Amino acid sequence: MTAKNELTKSLMASIWFMFLTFPIMVIRVNTVTDTIEWRWQNMFAVGFGAFFLSMLWRYLIRKKEMSGKKDSQSRKSPIYQVIRDQKFALPGLAAIAVFTILFPHIFSMYQTNIMISALIYVMLGLGLNIVIGLAGLLDLGYVAFFAVGAYSYALLNLHYGITFWIALPLGGLLGAVAGIILGYPVLRLRGDYLAIVTLGFGEIIRLVMENWNEFSFGPSGIANIPKPGFFGMELSLHATTIYIFYTIVALVIFTIFVINRLENSRIGRAWIALKDDEIACQAMGIDKARTKLRAFALGATWAGMGGVVFAAKTTFINPASFTIWESVIILCTVVLGGMGSIPGVICGAMLLILLPEYLRDFGEFRMITFGSVLVLMMVFRPGGMIENVRKTYQFKK
Amino acid sequence: MDLEYFFQLFLGGLTRGSIYALIALGYTMVYGIIQLINFAHGEIYMIGAFTGLIVSSVLTMVGMPIPAVVILAAMAAIIYSCSYGYTMEKIAYKPLRKAPRLSALISAIGMSLFLQNYVLLAQTSDFLPFPSLIPDFDFWEPYAHIITSPELVIIMTTVVVMILLTFLIKFTKIGKAMRATSQDKMMAALLGINVDKVISVTFIVGSATAAIGGILIASHIGQINFYMGFIAGIKAFVAAVLGGIGSIPGAVLGALVLGWTESFFAGYISSDYEDVFAFLFLVLILIFRPSGILGRSETQKV
Amino acid sequence: MKPILEVKNMTMDFGGLRAIDSLDITINQGEIIALIGPNGAGKTTFFNCITGIYTPTSGDIHISPPHGEPQRINGLKPNVITKKGLARTFQNIRLFTSMTVLENVMIGCHAVTKAGVLGAIFRGPATKAEESRIVEKSYSILEKMGLARYVNDLAVNLPYGAQRRLEIARAMATDPFLLLLDEPAAGMNPQETRALDELILRLRDREGVAILLIEHDMKLVMSLSEKIYVVDYGKKIGEGTPEEIRNNPAVIKAYLGEEIDA
Repeated sequence: MTAKNELTKSLMASIWFMFLTFPIMVIRVNTVTDTIEWRWQNMFAVGFGAFFLSMLWRYLIRKKEMSGKKDSQSRKSPIYQVIRDQKFALPGLAAIAVFTILFPHIFSMYQTNIMISALIYVMLGLGLNIVIGLAGLLDLGYVAFFAVGAYSYALLNLHYGITFWIALPLGGLLGAVAGIILGYPVLRLRGDYLAIVTLGFGEIIRLVMENWNEFSFGPSGIANIPKPGFFGMELSLHATTIYIFYTIVALVIFTIFVINRLENSRIGRAWIALKDDEIACQAMGIDKARTKLRAFALGATWAGMGGVVFAAKTTFINPASFTIWESVIILCTVVLGGMGSIPGVICGAMLLILLPEYLRDFGEFRMITFGSVLVLMMVFRPGGMIENVRKTYQFKK
Repeated sequence: MDLEYFFQLFLGGLTRGSIYALIALGYTMVYGIIQLINFAHGEIYMIGAFTGLIVSSVLTMVGMPIPAVVILAAMAAIIYSCSYGYTMEKIAYKPLRKAPRLSALISAIGMSLFLQNYVLLAQTSDFLPFPSLIPDFDFWEPYAHIITSPELVIIMTTVVVMILLTFLIKFTKIGKAMRATSQDKMMAALLGINVDKVISVTFIVGSATAAIGGILIASHIGQINFYMGFIAGIKAFVAAVLGGIGSIPGAVLGALVLGWTESFFAGYISSDYEDVFAFLFLVLILIFRPSGILGRSETQKV
Repeated sequence: MKPILEVKNMTMDFGGLRAIDSLDITINQGEIIALIGPNGAGKTTFFNCITGIYTPTSGDIHISPPHGEPQRINGLKPNVITKKGLARTFQNIRLFTSMTVLENVMIGCHAVTKAGVLGAIFRGPATKAEESRIVEKSYSILEKMGLARYVNDLAVNLPYGAQRRLEIARAMATDPFLLLLDEPAAGMNPQETRALDELILRLRDREGVAILLIEHDMKLVMSLSEKIYVVDYGKKIGEGTPEEIRNNPAVIKAYLGEEIDA
């Protein structure tokens, strides 16, 4: 009876999705030659896929409803238990360290470059994680701070010849300032409005960069941004890539260190309290505005620095690199990895950036996958791959 | 000051505003019922336009007479938009009804990204020419230099849709159920209202108006692509927020205000920063009057 | 006796609705004062006005902290008011659910500590010392509240009565001179209520805080308070000692005689 029921449901879903995707997936009109292409194979693929996916979907939904009834606090993430166990943590860290140091020497320059991109995203994800994961503020304009960093380096270098190592802290600082400037007006806004306004700010910055030719060179962008030099020495292309690689690795470690310290401090506690309950938080004497601004500024700092590294790595920037969808990708790395969870965000960013690079044919499906990831994670695993288990303060007398 | 130019800008703004209004209605209705910013609403409108284009092209090639093509294409667009809206709610929002609001918003962003790229992959990333479905009526010829007949049709359609919608919400049973649900979901359910059904109907109605907007604007501008929903969606959202999100007359008023402001700004000052302007508008309203023109300000319970 | 809180002629309107109508209330140092009245009388609104969640439409709120300048606090932000020494609990418990009992109280210390971003990153001796001070202080408050055995538990997993006590503990961590308790006994069983009675007295006698409480449990109110204010429809309809209130016809009328003889 139930099996028959399941089959009927799946069959209905299959028919429904065939109907739904019919015009878009099956018919393609060529308006120049006035011909129609019928792609019936797509219809069968959809029907077939929908049949099984709907079964899987219902199974997962049921499973989620069952587990939802259990005490959610009793679930402990096994990954966290491993990470926090000294026995595994130290050898694990050592292995990762050795691998990282050897990476650019074992793998090709192409691989190293991809790894640099992934690490930039790790840094961005960790920064956004402060804002979303710790303070609970959904920032959809995060890429604006990345742009601020990238443009700071490009423009300061172009006009004043400022070098990478001076631009790096400066980019972070300007990112933080931008975070405060953009954060200040939105302090009073509630969650979803905040998301939309930050999105608006992000787009405003991009559109201004696109239209203000005298300042930012418009859509054509800025080229020939120098790569970092090594104490004034010019390095070969190969050496520079390795150099940038180690730089970004160091920055990521620095980021993790700082975020970890912040999380377990008076400020981190205030963020978590703010996320839990704003009103109670204020009643405890916590300045809501200040706490939020700190989150914005400290989140934006990493984006600013990431932007400087990005500009130095690609040697060319234009507004097209800083669209809202870039913010969404960063959001995706945080959501997939696990909001608030540092190892989660690192894995999320690595996975989302490296997978499309290595699965060549997968490249064009990148964005559609990101979209699905956001929806599916929210529906089935809102805590992310590595759900954050906050390290609470353990009192010992 | 040139009065005729002013008048042109005024009517241009009215046309623009009418289309924003059609899309804004969906935002505001959905927000009114489940307090979700349906980020993917613009994509529904884009899918309406694509379906309209595909169906009308196929039918034209088959050799069907123009009026029949227009009617069938419009119907297909509406049906498909509604179906997508319905399915989207079932997949991306219904499982999250008890989840934090941010989860649903992230899911909506994912849906938006998914639908855009779905159309991009299945169709094309290029701009497609869209046939002008609304002919220039002969009898309107003498007035066409002030307002073209397609513009007139857009405005008239919007008015008709508004009247129908007001009727639906004020006088029908499902309309009453919608109003009850938006006030208090739990209470409505206790009184025997099928909340799931009401939410579905809201998505369907909102999608239908978006589809109408989609075909009208596509036929007016003459081209479409997979990304058209995003910026239109944002502008409609601005309109909905401007009027007071959750309020239907507010959405229309907000849309008209936005349409006029854009039109006059572009006509008298500069059209370079047109999109910046919409975003700036959004940011300013949300900061200074988040409840909008007609919205009630909500006080948080302590 | 010296008044530490004086509310004069305070009115609060929500649109056309007058939730509080020219209310006067005075609290002296070391007093326990109760604010009673039927549901919807405007008691919680009164708390919200004093603690800065709402800004009253008109009237004055003056405080004279025992160790500070007298000042008017209308329209100040809630966190500023807390820093000035007014702490509160909430009718519907608002603990930080993802935090432990100790961490909840540590948050209460936020107002009286100051480690900043750089302190957090470098974790120098000053920051470390401050952190251990916060922990010590929080633990000692928990001990006083009889919550020490829950110290590392998540706040949400506590029994209901303990959650209410934790709210008080958290408020005490802000070093208040006046504690505002919004229905502290709601949902408690008789034993818990008796324990609460003792706890409140102890807070006043040993910690020297004045207490303003909203409460429906008349037994608790009558046994604890030195003075009672009765409000109905936002207006003060009576004030006086428990004895006077018991015999006040207007109050009896407002309550339809119920509970008043308890």
